[in-house]
Amino acid sequence: MATATRFRTLKDMPKEDYLSPGNTLCAGCGGILALRIFHKVLGPKVAWVNAAGCMTVSMSYPLSPLKSNWLYTAFASAPAGAQGVRDALDVLMAKGKLPASEDLKVVVVSGDGAAYDIGLQSTSGAIDRRLDFYYLCYDNEAYGNTGFQMSTSTPYGSSTKTTPATAAYPLGNTARKKDLFEVWRAMKAPYVATLANSHGLDFLRKVERGSEIKGPRLYIAFAACPTGWGFDTRNSVEIEKLAVQTGVWPLKESVNGAVRHTFVPRALIPVSDYLKTQERFNHLFEPSEKTEAIDAIQESVNVYWKEAGAREGFEVKLPGSSSR
Amino acid sequence: MKGRLLTGNAAAAAAARLARVDYVPAYPITPQTEIIETIADWVREGTMDSKFVQLESEHSMMTAAGAASLAGARVFTATSSQGLLYALEMLYNVSGWRAPMLLVNVSRGLAAPIVLEPDHNDVLAARDSGFLQLHSETCQEVADLVLLAYRVAEDKRVSLPAIVNLDGFYLSFTREPVVLPDQGKVDQFLPPYEPVSPLSASRPVARGSAVMEGFVYSYFRYNLHAAALRAKNVFNEAAGEYEQLFGREYGPVEGYMLDDAEYVLVMSNSFTALGRQAVKRMRERGVHAGLLKLRMVRPFPTEEVAALLRGRKVVGVFDQNLSPGLGGIFYSEVAGALYHVKNRPKAILPAVGALGGKQITAKEMDSVFEEMVRIDRDGVTPSPMFLMRDDELARVRKAVAIAEGRS
Repeated sequence: MATATRFRTLKDMPKEDYLSPGNTLCAGCGGILALRIFHKVLGPKVAWVNAAGCMTVSMSYPLSPLKSNWLYTAFASAPAGAQGVRDALDVLMAKGKLPASEDLKVVVVSGDGAAYDIGLQSTSGAIDRRLDFYYLCYDNEAYGNTGFQMSTSTPYGSSTKTTPATAAYPLGNTARKKDLFEVWRAMKAPYVATLANSHGLDFLRKVERGSEIKGPRLYIAFAACPTGWGFDTRNSVEIEKLAVQTGVWPLKESVNGAVRHTFVPRALIPVSDYLKTQERFNHLFEPSEKTEAIDAIQESVNVYWKEAGAREGFEVKLPGSSSR
Repeated sequence: MKGRLLTGNAAAAAAARLARVDYVPAYPITPQTEIIETIADWVREGTMDSKFVQLESEHSMMTAAGAASLAGARVFTATSSQGLLYALEMLYNVSGWRAPMLLVNVSRGLAAPIVLEPDHNDVLAARDSGFLQLHSETCQEVADLVLLAYRVAEDKRVSLPAIVNLDGFYLSFTREPVVLPDQGKVDQFLPPYEPVSPLSASRPVARGSAVMEGFVYSYFRYNLHAAALRAKNVFNEAAGEYEQLFGREYGPVEGYMLDDAEYVLVMSNSFTALGRQAVKRMRERGVHAGLLKLRMVRPFPTEEVAALLRGRKVVGVFDQNLSPGLGGIFYSEVAGALYHVKNRPKAILPAVGALGGKQITAKEMDSVFEEMVRIDRDGVTPSPMFLMRDDELARVRKAVAIAEGRS
């Protein structure tokens, strides 16, 4: 995959925008920023196929912030919508009813609720059928549009509206975040990548690389969510950066099953530095610090990077537990 | 013309091929499966120029069907029973998208308890979805209604998806003589699909956008309703042309021995044949019996029902469905159509029967007409009939007794 890239520095980010300024989403939304950058690389000929979520309400009849096609399907079946659009374009081109210049890149865009939970069945079908499409999941680690309830993407220790931290349940959510990257990889998707808005060049190159591959391609974009996570809107990109630097959000890709970390931090910053920036983790520090839980989070990050380093031959300097 | 012996399922598949559909997303379910197997064979043998894709659920199947229609393809799919209900969320979406694809539903009763043979609770669950609905009595009708449904659905005055219904087993697996229309004439009747504002690289569109206020939602819903109402005249137009080309006449409803009929039974789908036989028997007994078959279910043919039932003594409605806590579904719809008619029938008898494909004997069928006559003679208020024989109840009880070791 060592092909030449059109993106050597961040200055090579395409100037053209296909998302108009001004839309109905929250200020500081990491999801819409990811969609904007993604679109820059794909160019104008796109059909976005959407599952219920925050992006759905950005398209309010008769207005659209997009200069491309949009189809809202349902919560569970956006990949099947992508199947229908892709198949229709293919059959119409094959029958000579549609010129190749009218071809579209078909992109599912959904949040983690659809990508990790309710839409996983239709996703599995699309992967099995080797559907030629992109899946952009803006992952804000909960059902954000309905007011921040737990999804299977919600990390351990996060408080949500359905896993609130209380005296009886002091940690909030105690389930581990589902590893959607590995789910797709296990199903032999040819390209799977994680993205962060804070690492723009890495982002651009991954969309470019995926575009050279045919078949199902997943992009999980870390999507800082000021309203759900509880932080000031201006810190959105900073918080994504911190997630990468603490190792909480690894930047990586899988090409035909071969995993490579595209950004390897030399030394990880302690996870508590990241957790402290957001109200959803407040209960881990107040009224008293839940050292055991924070250590458990740190330990899972450390184990992840130790194992990844052993597989790929790199070494990351790990922080100790918070008590050390 | 004698026609070839075809099952209802084969007739549906053949009509889809004659309609030159571009795309067939599919998912198996009894008793529909033969339709998609037949099409899969034809596509793989190269005798049908369509793309066939098996999805992983009916919900996805309907999503792909509607999305492909919006992208400009003529789309055909089929399901039954649980499959239709699993896809139901998408039926409302696809009609809201105004995507004129066609779904053949092969009726089968709904679980629980799970059953294979037909009643119409499945297709009537889609009653309010915005899909047009045409119901078939014979395998010939299946083929003809598929072609008519495309023509109406794709008409720009309508632009709505449609369901063609046929009964599982009684039609799906029963061979009847079917005359398949000539391809050249079908091409004349049904020109290639011209989508309205398809997804496009050169002229991008947004479909399925959110609306944030009730008045905008109401605007869309009333538009959909108006389009569904327009579909009746568009159907009549198309049916007129169809008759000229193919010699078979289809209206939204169909009367049988109605001219001097005093007691008229309203029916739909394949069991109508049993109703016709009962009418003949009653006539032999000197009773002026008649029958009205509902072919078009959505839009509901209110005017036709009113026009053909006015002035009758008693009307019966045979519902092969049950809305628990209400009764038969068509009963309410027929009663609604008749309420404002000046010389309306003095009584409407609700009769529920043939649930899960329960066989109906001549005696049972006749009992509905006999009850209509009795209501007229004695001037009594009808009480609903639920058809089931004593010997059938005895069989259920005996089987339970054996299972419980009591026998």
